[in-house]
Amino acid sequence: MIPPSFEYHRPSTVEEAVGLLSSLGSEAKILAGGHSLLPMMKLRFAMPEHLVDINRISELSGVSVVGDNITIGAMTTENAVIADPILNEKVPLLPEAAKLIADPQVRNRGTIGGDIAHGDPANDHPALALACDAVMTVVGPAGARQIPASEFFLGTYWTALNDDDILTAITVKAFPDGAGYSYRKLKRKTGDWATAACAVVVALSGGKVSHIRITLTNLGPTAIRAHDAEAVLSGQAVTDELIKHAAEKAMAICDPAEDLRGDVEYKTAMAGQMVQRAIAEALSRAN
Amino acid sequence: MAKQIVKMTLNGQQVEQLVDSRTLLVHFLREQMNLTGAHIGCETSQCGACTVDIDGESVKACTHLAVQCDGSDVKTVEGLAENGVLHPVQEAFYEEHGLQCGYCTPGMLMRSYRFLQENPNPTEDEIRTGISGNLCRCTGYQNIIKAVQSAATKLQDKETASA
Amino acid sequence: MNAPVKTPEERQAELQGMGDSRLRKEDARFIQGKGQYCDDIKLPGMLHMDIVRSPIAHGRIKNIKKDDALAIPGVHAVLTADDLKPLNLHWMPTLAGDVAAVLADEKVHFQMQEVAIVIADDRYIAADGVEAVEVEYEELPVVMDPYAALEADAPVLREDLAGKNEGAHGPREHHNHIFTWEAGDKSAADDVFASAPVTVSQHMLYPRVHPCPLETCGCVASFDPIKGELTTWMTSQAPHVVRTVVSMLSGVPESKVRIISPDIGGGFGNKVGVYPGYVCAIVSSIVLGKPVKWSEDRIENISSTAFARDYHMDGHLAATEDGKILGLKVDVVADHGAFDACADPTKFPAGLFHICSGSYDISAAHCSVKGVYTNKAPGGVAYRCSFRVTEAVYLIERMVDVLAQKLDIDKAEIRRKNLIRKDQFPYTSPFGFEYDSGDYHTALEKVLDAVDYKALRAEQQEKRNDPNSPTLMGIGLVTFTEVVGAGPTKMCDILGVGMFDSCEIRIHPTGSAIARMGTITQGQGHQTTYAQIIASELGIPSEVIQIEEGDTSTAPYGLGTYGSRSTPVAGAAIAMAARKIHAKAKKIAAHLLEVSESDLDWEIDRFKVRGNEDQFKTMADIAFAAYQQPPEGLEPGLEAVHYYDPPNFTYPFGIYLCVVDIDKGTGESSIRRFYALDDCGTRINPMIIDGQIHGGLTEGFAVAMGQQMPFDEQGNLLGNTLMDYFLPTAVETPAWETDYTVTPSPHHPIGAKGVAESPHVGSIPTFTSAVVDAFAHLGVSHIDMPHTSYRIWKKLKEEGVQL
Repeated sequence: MIPPSFEYHRPSTVEEAVGLLSSLGSEAKILAGGHSLLPMMKLRFAMPEHLVDINRISELSGVSVVGDNITIGAMTTENAVIADPILNEKVPLLPEAAKLIADPQVRNRGTIGGDIAHGDPANDHPALALACDAVMTVVGPAGARQIPASEFFLGTYWTALNDDDILTAITVKAFPDGAGYSYRKLKRKTGDWATAACAVVVALSGGKVSHIRITLTNLGPTAIRAHDAEAVLSGQAVTDELIKHAAEKAMAICDPAEDLRGDVEYKTAMAGQMVQRAIAEALSRAN
Repeated sequence: MAKQIVKMTLNGQQVEQLVDSRTLLVHFLREQMNLTGAHIGCETSQCGACTVDIDGESVKACTHLAVQCDGSDVKTVEGLAENGVLHPVQEAFYEEHGLQCGYCTPGMLMRSYRFLQENPNPTEDEIRTGISGNLCRCTGYQNIIKAVQSAATKLQDKETASA
Repeated sequence: MNAPVKTPEERQAELQGMGDSRLRKEDARFIQGKGQYCDDIKLPGMLHMDIVRSPIAHGRIKNIKKDDALAIPGVHAVLTADDLKPLNLHWMPTLAGDVAAVLADEKVHFQMQEVAIVIADDRYIAADGVEAVEVEYEELPVVMDPYAALEADAPVLREDLAGKNEGAHGPREHHNHIFTWEAGDKSAADDVFASAPVTVSQHMLYPRVHPCPLETCGCVASFDPIKGELTTWMTSQAPHVVRTVVSMLSGVPESKVRIISPDIGGGFGNKVGVYPGYVCAIVSSIVLGKPVKWSEDRIENISSTAFARDYHMDGHLAATEDGKILGLKVDVVADHGAFDACADPTKFPAGLFHICSGSYDISAAHCSVKGVYTNKAPGGVAYRCSFRVTEAVYLIERMVDVLAQKLDIDKAEIRRKNLIRKDQFPYTSPFGFEYDSGDYHTALEKVLDAVDYKALRAEQQEKRNDPNSPTLMGIGLVTFTEVVGAGPTKMCDILGVGMFDSCEIRIHPTGSAIARMGTITQGQGHQTTYAQIIASELGIPSEVIQIEEGDTSTAPYGLGTYGSRSTPVAGAAIAMAARKIHAKAKKIAAHLLEVSESDLDWEIDRFKVRGNEDQFKTMADIAFAAYQQPPEGLEPGLEAVHYYDPPNFTYPFGIYLCVVDIDKGTGESSIRRFYALDDCGTRINPMIIDGQIHGGLTEGFAVAMGQQMPFDEQGNLLGNTLMDYFLPTAVETPAWETDYTVTPSPHHPIGAKGVAESPHVGSIPTFTSAVVDAFAHLGVSHIDMPHTSYRIWKKLKEEGVQL
């Protein structure tokens, strides 16, 4: 398993990186954490002629906060997400979920932006981004633009990014006060992608649901937000019955691909299980 | 062929080498630098036998390019003992029978070395999670966990003694 | 000032002999990154070989285009079967009496079969070369199911065997049939079944799995054209056998072939065979006159080097209504893949599968095994077990559970009733094995008490009564017997070479020693434990005994390490060689002390004159004398060689109990408790024994709960990396509880039976027993492995109990 030859480029600014991507065209790929790209290259499924390594662009890493908006640099690693005090305080779903991604070493290299930009429905951050109402900051030759998560994921390995775009930051809103959250991920073993996973963010007001997000990982061609399931709970005092009903609504929009993890029936059923468990856990944490 | 000069600190020594851009760090270490401690087990970043320390973080050297290490501080299992004195994790793996065939051992040691700096007083569950990026086929992990616990104690004792 | 006199206890402790949890000699190099594994070896001018492999499972090779590969700077050669033909090396004999293609000759028979090799300056260029070789195939119908392979109109897989109606193990009945092998007494078994009050039958598949050691296979072949000598470092569990095979294949005299097994990163049976990669690297080195390295990658390892199991089994038990087993019948269809490359003693094409009457006193039994070709990779090795013993133990343990369930008898009770009693040993099984020793009932009760079996059953009943319980609880119990230490040469040989093993010990003048054996450690710690045997036998501290294995130019001939044969066979050879030295030492001691041998007593590390405690000679004194002033008539020096031909196999046993909780929503299982009691006879190093058991249990857990080699109908192996192939991490792996009893082997010089494989063999049916037990109240009596969450969930759904 040996990667093919390529030219290596290491820009130190976003501008420089975008310039390289524009001039090199579609034969160039961005090297972020590399834990999706390098294995693909070793298997010679991917054979880019140029790699643009954006690991040394310092402006792409780190977490900052302005009011309710928390901005996470795209090259912030999973372990940095796990350790970040701002995220733990304001969007604790992200650090908790990141612990379920890959393994300790891979989390030192894997980045939140790489996870999102890859467009792989098996990755966890797309569903988390949807659950956190994230907005992506994308820089291309024409400058920066903002794309909400809901418009970012277009299909399997297909996002709103152009070949010469770089995802530079992910901005999320701090959770409402007292919000509960949960990410339940069923996997075969450490390091595996989800057989099915569900993120839930919920806030209560007077015992009734005032804010709810239910999103799903690896249960369709992209991460999915389960609007109908949210509608079941929205404004309600949640009962076990309603949770089951919400899970059914979520299962109804699942369109998973059969693989060694299971067939469509199993994965859909597991979506239901994960949705129920995530809602229950999120509620237990909400106050 | 796209070759580049790479400068790094490797086990405390400055090195400057010409490498192919596609050369994986694990091959650079093993073949160019003759440091064969890091092993190749899976090549798809599951097994962790190639784990080394880069700038204070555990990294799987099979999924990292040598050129990416330009300017970095890289430590391998060969750099773990200092002045001929074994590091406490090395001692502990020996004393607790934390290895059998030895193939996963360099990666396990490098991960344990870093893990105990991240979490100096871990529970058993935290150790299991902390070494979950490293596969071992021989030990069933039970004695590896004992070794990490023992190393934690040794490191704490050392800390106390030097304080 | 005189040194203080040491007490016998102190002297005993200093030896670090048998029974001591001595720390391992191997570890110093491994913990400092100084092990020397095959891929660590680097020779001047060394080239690298990589392999072009078939993307399809069955097809004709229409054309191989080498030009683009040869045009790459740094590529030295591209070789195909046509290039090997003039050397008659395009096919090679297998250990099972078949032939296997070295490089595909006109046809490919399985996905990832070796088609061509590329030799280049380094592994990067070799990989580019592989990418550049273009092969054109004509696809042929693929046969993946061994039953379908035996249908009359099934495609002919092995055209090279056309007209060959007699195989290595008797007549071939069909073009895809390899052999049918039988053991036991069919008519006696049929008679018992005809009149038995109760019979049960169960079909079960022991799926194809792969041993998957962390280090893949590889070699460095170095032919010296001037001396005509071939040295090859190789990931081999059996270097001497490889030397013999290489000499036969290459025509290089065996005296000029040197095979070295360096440090080996786990074997588990995967490194017993002789693979095309080794042969090609050797041929390349001979042809090019340069050292050539081949290092397999993980996908190649899982896809093409030896698998294990793939036994489709039908078991039948006959019994009385109160659960006394009367008879056993077993029929197996064995999927051997494209070539019969099983690694078994030559006379036993199904290995020692006829140990399948297990730990039970059964009067009549019969088994038959039918070997079949399919479009899968060849192999059939003993994955951390003695030859096909895992399959046998699984079969009988499952059948006993099935019978217990049918008769509504508790699985512990039915075992009490049928286990061979202590007073029945030595016990001759219905298949003719003579079990050397055992005390099964004592061990069983010890385990049941330790886990409070009654309380577990009560808890389980409560859970079964509660429809709202989120989990199902299952209790698995297995009482297994292994047969290891192959083996007596009257029965066991490989390619005609008897399965003895050997040891050579030299005591140096100053009292330290070097010893060499025909086995090769792959993590078992031979360098530590073998020294302990010598220390106890000869009174020399383990610390000054060097153990060397794996170099055929220095070690005496031996059959290698697999099938738990190192301690039972080489361990015995060590004790016997040591005893030869001991006998000579006694003569020297008598001479030095000027007494007769009969006046001497041996104590720990010295011969003492009986009745005169102060007159003694230590082994160190004697060693020096052996080189300085041997008694008249005795040759100088102090060394011995022993080739040990075991009179019998050894029969380690164990009692394993497992408690599993199954999530009714997801099918996830959690091993709450696993209690393993092993009896391996005399215990040489308890620390190492425990380590071996932890490892074996973990491999058993992997097999039972997740390992599989799923193929699609086109013969593509889905899941050939460690992303899919289940090697549990520390997170998934349960915590193990170990225990033991000691029933020494009466025929083994030190009473040891072998241990490393028992936990693999015994644990696998224990996990299945536990998972099935969780469903037992629903009438489920068997579920095939692997017990993944997905498969368990399907069962939950089938039974209507999923949440």
